[in-house]
Amino acid sequence: MKTEVTGDIVPNKLRTLVLLGVLLHVTAAAELVIDVQGVAQPTPVAIVPFGWEGDGGVMPIGVADIITADLRRSGRFAPIAEEKMLQKPTDGADVDFQDWSFVGVEAVVVGKLLQTGADEFTLQFQLFDVFGRRQLVGYRMPNVSRATMRGAAHRAADMIYEKLTGIKGVFGTRVAYVRATGQAEDRLYSLMISDQDGFNEHTIMESKDPIMSPAWSPDSRQLAYVSFEGNQSSIWVQTLRTGNRFQVSARPGINGAPSFSPDGRQLVLTLGGVDGNLDIHVLDINSRQTTRLTTHRAIDTEGSWSPDGKYIYFTSDRSGGPQVYRVPATGGTPERVTFEGSYNARPRLSPDGTKLALVHNDRGNYRIAVMDLERRDLIVLSNGRQDESPSFAPNSDSLIYATRQGRNGVLETVSADGLIRQKLAARTGGDVREPVWSPFPRY
Amino acid sequence: MSNIKLITAAALVLFLAGCSQETIPDPEPSDEVFGPADSDASTNSMGSGDPYGGEEFGADPSAGELDTVIYFEFDSSEVRPQDQDIVGRHAMQLAENPRLRVRLEGHADERGSREYNIGLGERRAQAVRRMLMIQGVSADQISTVSFGEERPVAFGSSESDYAQNRRVEFKYTN
Repeated sequence: MKTEVTGDIVPNKLRTLVLLGVLLHVTAAAELVIDVQGVAQPTPVAIVPFGWEGDGGVMPIGVADIITADLRRSGRFAPIAEEKMLQKPTDGADVDFQDWSFVGVEAVVVGKLLQTGADEFTLQFQLFDVFGRRQLVGYRMPNVSRATMRGAAHRAADMIYEKLTGIKGVFGTRVAYVRATGQAEDRLYSLMISDQDGFNEHTIMESKDPIMSPAWSPDSRQLAYVSFEGNQSSIWVQTLRTGNRFQVSARPGINGAPSFSPDGRQLVLTLGGVDGNLDIHVLDINSRQTTRLTTHRAIDTEGSWSPDGKYIYFTSDRSGGPQVYRVPATGGTPERVTFEGSYNARPRLSPDGTKLALVHNDRGNYRIAVMDLERRDLIVLSNGRQDESPSFAPNSDSLIYATRQGRNGVLETVSADGLIRQKLAARTGGDVREPVWSPFPRY
Repeated sequence: MSNIKLITAAALVLFLAGCSQETIPDPEPSDEVFGPADSDASTNSMGSGDPYGGEEFGADPSAGELDTVIYFEFDSSEVRPQDQDIVGRHAMQLAENPRLRVRLEGHADERGSREYNIGLGERRAQAVRRMLMIQGVSADQISTVSFGEERPVAFGSSESDYAQNRRVEFKYTN
């Protein structure tokens, strides 16, 4: 992997640029171009190039580069350039705190990749607090293969991030999204998955007809989605490992907006019937039994569970324009949740249950906003004209959504406080939309 | 910009051409299959000539020139007055041919949330469906599907692109 930062940027300059709101162009992935725009003060850290003990002179992947890119993309850290390092130890015993304190970093990471078999490696690293002159983390992963090496590096970045910020890292997570390419007869829709840094992009499903509304199962093993194959909407659940899929709903009229219950046994979905009255239903995946939760003749759609499983939040235009409502998951009277503005749609709760992300009409622009469920205040987080499909990271600390760049949709992430925003533009092109952040990986 | 418009216009024309083709059911087999039964028949090209100069006549039930797309105002599912005649002619055609089936495909422009836009497209398709049924078309003859903003005809983000995308298409399926 190649990490390029335009210009000769030292942490101080970086900070100034970031404070000025200047976009830094960081080529951080083969598939993605990532622009980091932050206003927070990133902490200077050093990720020393990892040692390599194995076949050939060159390490199979740049472990330090992956960790550096992860930490930089978080917007909270400013890893220093290799040229600024006065020493490049690969073992904790060789770390000279005096040197690192002189360079001005607050934390140092050193480590090694050791080959122990044809396709067996050990990845080990240590994290040090420069001012406290002590080790914060020392961790060894002995069961790494070529295929899992990037994942192990992300795992290291997650541990470093959590130790330094107190927030669980999401570098080992994935993102599912829909890509559309071509026009008219050449139109092709693809359901895609990649690592959160854009690597390891895979096509899960491809169709001439639209694909919509991907949703992760809570164990990250399956995706539910809507397909229009045969010019009719239907909902499918596909197992990622095998590629096998099964149809869970194909009733006359609309079958849309699936979302898994926290226990993974049920899907909330939208059914329209022959008369086209969209209502919220809950489908038990095993028995295929559905329970209707709303009956209003308005559009009721985009249901999603609260993390405690008690409520289903949804969009309804029963009051005129679309607003967010919630209804007990076992049935009951819907109550209105949003009152600010004329358009609030596609609610998604943060996994910690404290915030609600939605699409909000902000003076004619469709933008991503977050509502604090306790204080009830709404903060607009994005600045596009046509932003949509917000999805929380599993640590509730940031969101991913789709925005427009020219004629195409691209993905952006933003911290839940709105301070750090970054663009993830798919370099392979196409119109990218409907990103959904996976749950935490099971380490 | 004009290139884009040209391409869009061309795409629209192709698209409409595609629709009207679908609209016209295959003609009934003509009497050509009963052509001269002599042993050299296979050397005659089947389509090129009825030796008796035969040709089809009478009204084609699916009148080829009938528009198959109608457009809607922003945030509206009301069929515009100027389009009511088009819907009426489809209604007549369907009522007179109970075996004809039509799929009404509702569409929205790209603004706002995708699944909510599926709802808006469905509302448009249902408005047309009700209008057809009031005029005597059987519910069995009509199905609806909404593609929301997923199948735009115009790919830009101008008001005129949006106007082309807010539509219901008549697709004959039998």
